[in-house]
Amino acid sequence: MLDMQGISKIYRTDLIETHALRQFSLRVEAGDFVAVTGPSGSGKTTFMNIAGLLEDFDTGRYQLDGTDVSGLSDAVRSRLRNERIGFIFQSFNLIPELDIFDNVDVPLRYRGFSRRDRAERIASALDLVGLRSRMHHLPAQLSGGQQQRAAIARALAGDPGLLLADEPTGNVDSLMARQIMDLLEEINEMGTTIVLVTHDLELARRARRNVHIVDGQVSDFWSLEPPAPGLHAGLVPAMMAPA
Amino acid sequence: MLGYYLRLAMSSLRRSPGLTALMIAAVALGIAVCVTSLTVYQGLSGNPIPWKNDLLHAVTIDNWDPQFPARERHPDQPPTQLAWRDAVALLESDIPVRSVVMFKTAGVLATGTAGARPQRALTRVTSADFFAMFDVPFRFGAGWTAAADQGPEPVIVLASAMNERLFGGANSVGRTLRWNDMEFRVVGVLDEWRPLPKFYDLNNGALQEPEEAYIPWGWGLAAELPSAGSWNCWKPEPLASFRDFVQSECVWLQVWVELADAGARQRMQSLLDTYARDQQRAGRLPRPLNNRLTPVDRWLADNDVVGSDDRVLVGLAFAFLAVCLLNTVGLLLARFQRGAVTTGVRRALGASRRQICLQHLTEAGLVCAAGAALGLALAGLLLWGLRLLYATQDGTRDGIQALAHVAPGSITTALALAVLATLVAGLYPSWRIGRSAPAACLQGRPMGFRHTGRRFVP
Ligand SMILES: Nc1ncnc2c1ncn2[C@@H]1O[C@H](COP(=O)(O)OP(=O)(O)O)[C@@H](O)[C@H]1O
Ligand SMILES: [Mg+2]
Repeated sequence: MLDMQGISKIYRTDLIETHALRQFSLRVEAGDFVAVTGPSGSGKTTFMNIAGLLEDFDTGRYQLDGTDVSGLSDAVRSRLRNERIGFIFQSFNLIPELDIFDNVDVPLRYRGFSRRDRAERIASALDLVGLRSRMHHLPAQLSGGQQQRAAIARALAGDPGLLLADEPTGNVDSLMARQIMDLLEEINEMGTTIVLVTHDLELARRARRNVHIVDGQVSDFWSLEPPAPGLHAGLVPAMMAPA
Repeated sequence: MLGYYLRLAMSSLRRSPGLTALMIAAVALGIAVCVTSLTVYQGLSGNPIPWKNDLLHAVTIDNWDPQFPARERHPDQPPTQLAWRDAVALLESDIPVRSVVMFKTAGVLATGTAGARPQRALTRVTSADFFAMFDVPFRFGAGWTAAADQGPEPVIVLASAMNERLFGGANSVGRTLRWNDMEFRVVGVLDEWRPLPKFYDLNNGALQEPEEAYIPWGWGLAAELPSAGSWNCWKPEPLASFRDFVQSECVWLQVWVELADAGARQRMQSLLDTYARDQQRAGRLPRPLNNRLTPVDRWLADNDVVGSDDRVLVGLAFAFLAVCLLNTVGLLLARFQRGAVTTGVRRALGASRRQICLQHLTEAGLVCAAGAALGLALAGLLLWGLRLLYATQDGTRDGIQALAHVAPGSITTALALAVLATLVAGLYPSWRIGRSAPAACLQGRPMGFRHTGRRFVP
């Protein structure tokens, strides 16, 4: 599904250079549920942005679904994001002036679905997260947990194979966090590959695999269950390439 | 997608009404000033009789001072008017379909009805072809014949406003009235007629109203009517009497001919040249031969009807629009920057650069369209203000009044300016926000941050 080899990313400003990722390598197989942990500033968000084609990188190779993404045009990258990837953010990032229906509608608009198709997909996505009755509420009229569920509906409405969630539980209380985790597990069981960044080790432990990032590199990885040989091979430790 | 972009633009604009109002006001102000100046400019520069442009020709002959050209600003050109004897001589030619010799004089009109006040009336003394030649519309009656010029017959044509004042707008054909204590019979009343600029006699200002009464050419000599327009002399010669004036080199008559085709034009030109050479042999016309037949549009240009001042004014108006748009660029950049996170979310959800750019351009377009609508209303107000200003200066009606309304042309102008404004003000901010990396947008710093690392090095 996702295969990064020796990725580095350097942020340069006039004053400093920040090596956000250095020789970062990671593979995630289709159907996996990977939790990414690590101290703040270690490069988790940078990894997610690159994985989600939201940002370029300096060196290395990244294949998404077997396609090398380097050198793809903006239009193609945008279509890949639109069709293959769903995003969930810590701050929900619902568009405040649009109601829930229109928020979930956003990726479907860019997909070019017909009005009927869109309405059906929006309804079933909102069904999945239990918010169908709130579709005409504005984001501000919902609780944090509800907003994040709406964001999940939006991420899933287009049926992406990969869901990237960057600290989706960071802004909700622990009960809500567990409910969101339940939802993600359910989604994963339906076949969607998930990469989840979280600070909450307890939640992380519920994922199939854990990756720990320190200083822009994968420092540790493990899987909860004794991994099936095929799946285990999916997680490549990045220590093999020390910077 | 355009419908979707429009909806997004509307809701985005509604979210910050203050900023939106500011942008619309900036665009409106710029467009209003442009539309106003263009309307006035077009009124000044327009050819009021384009359908006859190639037929009508002003006739000029250089009879001026050997030492100095007649026109300081255009030393190559002859005087704009003719001396009596040249005008009369040329009038005899039958090459033109029609020809007119004329000048402006002043008169007082009275109906003789008890209680009715006499009216001052600027009066055109003209040969009969005037009305047919310049397509002057009649409400009642008609002009006079060439025979009436010879007599001269005491017939008069009234402008519609004068007929309104004297006869309450009724059909006054056949009524008699006194013009400077001579009895005249009304033969025609004009319809509303307002050629702008007043191309056939530009001597007292291009925006002047046409005269309020017209009498046959023969009265000029018969009643020894003085010119109330402009006249110019250069030669030291006796000017004690009207006879002297008529025989002098002073220029004070407008002469126009209507020439059917290029052939007629050529024949007329050679007639002019032959005539001038004859005159030179007789000791007149000391300057080099310079006789002209000038069509209307060229005539307007030669007479600086659209002065460089007016062009500067229009230029300034556009400069002002540019400043307004520059402001709008800044406001749009600020506004787009403020919506960067939302833009980042849209990018993450699959919007391409192009789609983001178009969405923002739509928003800019909406602002500019609203600005154009408001600007048009403002322009109407400005033109109305101009009208008041000029109306109060001296009690007379002035040409600017006819200009001072928003014409259909102004709407087209405003629309074109709106499109221009959208492109000028909207293109750069939209392009810029479209170019911003999605991740940077999500972090709320779409444009400030530059990632300078090389990308995708294998
Ligand atoms: N746009 C940016 N410009 C400069 N430095 C950045 C930028 N984004 C992230 N960084 C830096 O890169 C490093 C990794 O950041 P990030 O991936 O956001 O870490 P995490 O998500 O693990 O907290 C940090 O040192 C951060 O300051
Ligand atoms: Mg982060």
